[in-house]
Amino acid sequence: MAARTALGRLFGRVRQSDLLWSFRSSKTTMVAGVVVGVMFLASFLAPWIAPQDPYDPASLSLSDAMKPPVFSDRGFWLCPGGYELREGACAEEAKGSWQFPLGTDDQGRDLLSTILYGTRLSLVVGFASIALAMVLGIGLGLLSGYAGGALDAFLMRVADVQLTIPAILIALTLDGIVRGIVSTQRHEEIALFVIVFSIGLSLWVQFARTVRGSVMVERTKDYVAAARIIGVSSGGIMLRHILPNTLGPVFVISTINLAVAIITEATLSFLGVGLPPTQPSLGTLIRVGNDYLFSGEWWITVMPGIALAVLILGVNLLGDWLRDALNPKLR
Amino acid sequence: MALLEVRDLRVEIPTRRGLLTILDGVSFEIAQGEVLGLVGESGAGKSISGLAIIGLLEPPARIAGGTVTLDGRRIDNLQREEMRKIRGARIGTIFQDPLTSLNPLYTIGRQLVETIQTHTHLTNRQAEARAADLLKQVGIPAAESRLNAYPHEFSGGMRQRVVISLALCAEPVLVIADEPTTALDVSIQAQIIALLKRLCREHRTAVLLITHDMGVIAETADRVAVMYAGRIAEIGPVGAVVNRPKHPYSAGLMGSIPTVERRLDKLPQIKGAMPRPGAVPHGCAFAPRCGYSRDLCRAERPELYATEETRSACFQYDKRWEKAHA
Amino acid sequence: MIGFILRRMIQAVVVLLVVAFVSFVLFNYVGDPINGMVGQDTSIADREKLREELGLKDPITTRFIRFVGDAAQGEFGLSYRTTEHVGRMIFVRMPATLELSFVAAVFALVFGIAMGVYTGLYPRHWFSRLLQAISLIGISLPTFLIGILLILFFAVTLRWLPSFGRGDTVDLGGWTTGFLTLTGLRALILPSITLGLFQLTLIMRIVRSEMLEVMRTDYIKFARARGLSNRAVHFGHALKNTLVPVITVTGLQLGAIIAFAIVTETVFSWPGMGQLFVQSVFFADIPVMSAYLLLIAFLFVLINLIVDLLYYAVDPRLRSAQSAMRVR
Repeated sequence: MAARTALGRLFGRVRQSDLLWSFRSSKTTMVAGVVVGVMFLASFLAPWIAPQDPYDPASLSLSDAMKPPVFSDRGFWLCPGGYELREGACAEEAKGSWQFPLGTDDQGRDLLSTILYGTRLSLVVGFASIALAMVLGIGLGLLSGYAGGALDAFLMRVADVQLTIPAILIALTLDGIVRGIVSTQRHEEIALFVIVFSIGLSLWVQFARTVRGSVMVERTKDYVAAARIIGVSSGGIMLRHILPNTLGPVFVISTINLAVAIITEATLSFLGVGLPPTQPSLGTLIRVGNDYLFSGEWWITVMPGIALAVLILGVNLLGDWLRDALNPKLR
Repeated sequence: MALLEVRDLRVEIPTRRGLLTILDGVSFEIAQGEVLGLVGESGAGKSISGLAIIGLLEPPARIAGGTVTLDGRRIDNLQREEMRKIRGARIGTIFQDPLTSLNPLYTIGRQLVETIQTHTHLTNRQAEARAADLLKQVGIPAAESRLNAYPHEFSGGMRQRVVISLALCAEPVLVIADEPTTALDVSIQAQIIALLKRLCREHRTAVLLITHDMGVIAETADRVAVMYAGRIAEIGPVGAVVNRPKHPYSAGLMGSIPTVERRLDKLPQIKGAMPRPGAVPHGCAFAPRCGYSRDLCRAERPELYATEETRSACFQYDKRWEKAHA
Repeated sequence: MIGFILRRMIQAVVVLLVVAFVSFVLFNYVGDPINGMVGQDTSIADREKLREELGLKDPITTRFIRFVGDAAQGEFGLSYRTTEHVGRMIFVRMPATLELSFVAAVFALVFGIAMGVYTGLYPRHWFSRLLQAISLIGISLPTFLIGILLILFFAVTLRWLPSFGRGDTVDLGGWTTGFLTLTGLRALILPSITLGLFQLTLIMRIVRSEMLEVMRTDYIKFARARGLSNRAVHFGHALKNTLVPVITVTGLQLGAIIAFAIVTETVFSWPGMGQLFVQSVFFADIPVMSAYLLLIAFLFVLINLIVDLLYYAVDPRLRSAQSAMRVR
């Protein structure tokens, strides 16, 4: 009962809050929110709503291969088999159908299904790596800020050095190291974890720095001294008292870095060192499709490309809106 | 004829909570060479009045009504380029914080020469000579060599002197000084005020002195206007307003200034607080806090009525006062 | 002044040593350095002997010092994959990457700053909003996707520009340049736009936000109050103050461009160091990886140093004696 009224109050506050107002007052943000929400949901429900399971070889047939998208007989260069300026309808066998609305790839896999599953993987890797970076960054930031002294100096030096190196380089290097240690087969099996690990490890620094800054500000405040006098342990102070105060900026950084994580994963997969074709994310799909770009089957790479672009755009817009809405300076 | 005439000036800001009226029908005038003080608490609209006059209101704030006339010519509705020519050349401005008023990346010589050359046709050398001369006038020692110095190499008081020299370098007829001494040490404040007084007297420049410091006003101004909640409460010669205030708010203000002549145990305060824009009550803005208020005060907004020496926006000086009930 | 330079240089050397150490650890402990030199059936005893001869059994400090010394001379051993001289492999491909990065950087800087200034000065204009929308897309599209789309449009459909390779290059005593031939220049266009686009949008956004902040300052208000012309206010005062903090950021961007060349080179089959690095990751070719990392770190550090010196030259507040003590 108490929980319901509390929830009701929270809901009421959200409804009247500036946050919701600024969300609804910006059409682009609303559209972005809807689109990202739909993609999110669709990819989450992929196993249930995908028209075909693209990774079950039994459900594929090679005769379906290389079919273009359903809208392909309109327009001059959308016909497959070469990019000539051909007006009007394409040849009968080159037409697309609603059975495979976005076309199929060289193995007969329905692109809509592969994109759904691929988006799912992209999102999973994105969120997981951010989560890892957050945990790592917050942990180290708290430690560094609270302990101070040599530990702090050392960690910050490491952070400084790492910040000068782009995330992708770090992720690539880590992946390379793992490949050097582990056999290729095994590497394919654990590719997901390796990717999450690499990207997460490349992104922790911003979190750590922000948290450390907040900690250093908060730890001089009276309530911390009070807690210490009462006898709360250092860990307790860090977790229960200081941490809640640092979560605001952490949240902002997460939204910025979520897009970075998704892009980094897509890039790594595109380069061939990310998720393998047996477990493809959108980046992998794009890479596989790239081989067919010149021979005319442009949709195999462009469709996942559009999906990826829309996803990242949506995440960026939402992140922008969130940052502006929460920024007290702009009020 | 007055040099500067402000009539019924209204400034509004559209916000997500509705239209806020920051200035609600402000009127005053400044004669040539005269020093008019504009006093009031924070948020009364003093600085906004100054910015509105020179057309530097930050959007979305905008002038929503009234007129501003300089030397008989309306300046509130000019094109941007026309208004720009007036700024600096005819109306100079001094802001509160001299540190942030000066561009930290340029020498003060460069900033002076640039301003001088914007408004005159002097050559580089002539402009530099004039700049050095101005620095001397504001009392900066070793003026020529200081032209090559950067703002952060000066102390606060010296910086404000530089700012004054910048405001006066094109010989304006009016200077708007917005809290010129608030950011300075108390010991420096008197020097700066004396400097401002002297220079303006010498060049016969009128001054709109915006401040919340009554002491400065009493020393420096010829006339003073008291602002309250975006409106003028009282306006008149400084001696009259300070010593014989005719508006309950002015009286309260003057009464709360500690002086050597009275012995007090407690500093008198006016109960309550000034209403924020958007929360100004109907009728007289001061009525809720006023000990004399009558039903007339809550019903209608007072105009500026003539008293013996001043003009006061209080119904006590209106002929309808006797008939009004408490 | 000398103290400042000295301090920065010492910092730079420290960073380099750290990266060198990481590189060294990579080199020696991930995978086996002698793998590429021996056959399957070389006996363990022989392997140990080889290790001894190569000095792989010496104490860590000696080996590290040797490593650094070798690295300074461009000596990184042999590639696991091709058994070619690693230093040579990288050196041959360096001009391709550097030229591409340079053109991309210039593109990003010039247009980024121009667009950033415009959208900062006139934020409500429709053109500004359009530019901002485009910038959002620029940040959202991964580099490789931009490359693919550009190829699809300009190379495959319109056939205006080539989609792979450098075109014809001219050999200037070891440095092969594409600047001197028409095909070389044409081949540079699509890759450098691809490479520079992300940085362009980043620079534009940063310049814009700095510009907006600067336009809100008191000294701009005072400059306006003095009647200075729009040109003087915008370009004399606002722009200079905006660019000072932007210098640091763009400097770091230049370093990032060299690293991001990895992706662009892959998409356009551009024969540079980046493409080599990706291949080496795929084949776990550790010597090439560690050499590339060290080289990149060196370039980064160099660029950072130059940026710091530039910053110092531009901001007079850093030059006075008092601020030598101040923490930035």
